[in-house]
Amino acid sequence: MSAVTHARGDAAAHAVEGKVFGMVGEFDTPHDILEAVKAVRAAGFTCIDTHTPFPIHGMDAAMGLRPSILPFMVLGGGLTGTASAFVMQWWMNAVDYPFRIAGKAFFSYQAYVPLCFELTVLLSAFTTVFGLFALCRLPRPYHALFTHPRFARVTDDAFMISIEATDPSWDEAKAREVLAKAGGKEITLIRDLEP
Amino acid sequence: MSADSRAGSAILEPEPLLEKNPSLHAITEAICAPVELPVEKTPIGWIISFMMALGLLGVFGLSVGTLLYKGIGVWGNNQPVGWAWDITNFVWWIGIGHAGTLISAILFLFKQKWRTSINRFAEAMTIFAVVCALQFPILHTGRPWLAVYWLFPLPNQMSMWPNFRSPLMWDVFAVSTYGTVSLLFWYVGLIPDLATLRDRATSKLRQILYGVFAMGWRGSNRHWQHYEKAYLILAGLSTPLVLSVHSIVSFDFATSVLPGWHATIFPPYFVAGAVFSGFGLVMTLMVLAREFYGLKHLVTLRVLENMNKIMLVTGTMVGYAYGMEFFIAYYGGNPYELFTFKNRAFGPYWWAYWSMMTCNVISPQLFWFRAIRRSIPAMFVISIFVNIGMWFERFVIIVTSLHRDFIPSSWGYFRPTLFDIGIYLGTIGLFFTLFLLFLRFLPMIAISEIKGVSPYADPHAKHGHDHDHEHEKESH
Repeated sequence: MSAVTHARGDAAAHAVEGKVFGMVGEFDTPHDILEAVKAVRAAGFTCIDTHTPFPIHGMDAAMGLRPSILPFMVLGGGLTGTASAFVMQWWMNAVDYPFRIAGKAFFSYQAYVPLCFELTVLLSAFTTVFGLFALCRLPRPYHALFTHPRFARVTDDAFMISIEATDPSWDEAKAREVLAKAGGKEITLIRDLEP
Repeated sequence: MSADSRAGSAILEPEPLLEKNPSLHAITEAICAPVELPVEKTPIGWIISFMMALGLLGVFGLSVGTLLYKGIGVWGNNQPVGWAWDITNFVWWIGIGHAGTLISAILFLFKQKWRTSINRFAEAMTIFAVVCALQFPILHTGRPWLAVYWLFPLPNQMSMWPNFRSPLMWDVFAVSTYGTVSLLFWYVGLIPDLATLRDRATSKLRQILYGVFAMGWRGSNRHWQHYEKAYLILAGLSTPLVLSVHSIVSFDFATSVLPGWHATIFPPYFVAGAVFSGFGLVMTLMVLAREFYGLKHLVTLRVLENMNKIMLVTGTMVGYAYGMEFFIAYYGGNPYELFTFKNRAFGPYWWAYWSMMTCNVISPQLFWFRAIRRSIPAMFVISIFVNIGMWFERFVIIVTSLHRDFIPSSWGYFRPTLFDIGIYLGTIGLFFTLFLLFLRFLPMIAISEIKGVSPYADPHAKHGHDHDHEHEKESH
């Protein structure tokens, strides 16, 4: 690990001229970071994010996030699945080339139910996964935070808050102070690789 | 807890849902260790198992090659037994997969936290079982390169579309949807863990490979917010899906007019049997894996006991279905139906029927005893019995119903050929090849999820140590 993170650290060191991305601070426990986020928001920052090894209960509310719109996207995908399955079966077996098997009606809508269900689930699942990627703007191979040598630990046991420089009330000194006051450690200014 | 199940982990002290509060970092270390072993330190046990699996995979290749070269005449099925080992194996494998979805989706919706230590493992099993299952319907078409016209909604050479009034067509959609959704669910669950492996990578190659599949995951709460919703939705979708899949598989039989197949009890009976057999295989493999990889503190005896309870419930449901089928055959007053069932139990295939009854009805009942539920050797043996029994169940349903139909002059007796056996053993090789690769290259326990159920994850406690809401009463 060290070789890789050092390489990243060096890259960050060489790119000191890079545009400021924001300020990052570390916290010890889910409890600490939850309290700290509330303090950071109370100080007026809105372009904030937290980085944790697992989702923390109550964090959405603490960060003031609106509920995810994913379920509505999935509803749309699912209904498309139902409708397309029904139309497909009806058109293929009752319109385009009707043929009689076992005396069943051409338009046997009862027999269409299983496929309608399966395609509803299939398209809903695709919408869920690709909707998730779209909402998260993933895949994203490069992000300024990856230049932070300590950032690799958020997928292990570190809890970090980032305040981004795009924040309307951004101020480097203030961001540092707020994070420190909230109990943050290893407070670091993060720069992009490019100016 | 017995001494033998406590020994093992050098990294952590043992204990309950998670034994003895491993720290977050210790969890990461314990789960990543087998994945991050250098090539030269690959455990010898893994290498031997992998060689055996590859050997069976070679048997698969030879059997399939012969089948494709000579045609499905190399199999033992013929009139009157038109479906035999092929469909038996298909239903068996698909059923095995159902445990993975039950664990990952249904137990998730019911907030059963103990599932987190086995869900990744069981989901992987689901996917590989579906891959094995798919071989049979594809190969039994005889010319699989043309099967695309029969399986997909494409017109054939006469411009005719597939017949959607047939349950075989529903089956194609159900199984392919099931395979796809299981894969998506598994992958979404893997993303945060792939990011962990990316961040721990010691070589550029590992960093890039895990990095590509982790897609730039950075544990952001703005992502976790959608991620948790997506996970919940996928669980909600998979739950009715898994119930539908084996129901639709059972329609392949139940919508026919053959005595022994034409039964309304089939859908719930098949679903219960599927979960039963799937838990059997999860148990067989989990007992070995946790022993071998020293993960007993993460997959505790409590988890295994819960799985045994589910086997007891579903095994009892299956036993009830066997009894009820017989009762309806008698009470329904249909002489053909009654004949079929008498023939099952006392006809030429009596040995298959009684193997099924012994393995599926009697062996899970032993789990009423707590000592047996918590005995590793006992559960290991019973889980193997369950798998054997469930294979016989499908064999009994398919072959004994077909081999003596309405006209005695057309009766016959099915015997498997070398190629029937070769392809079946071959899929076991295929399964274990994929499974061993999974154990070697991907985290077998969901790292981020298991951290989420550890006491450290509770944001309302300043220190996880004084919270013991997950603590289990264990007799040490």
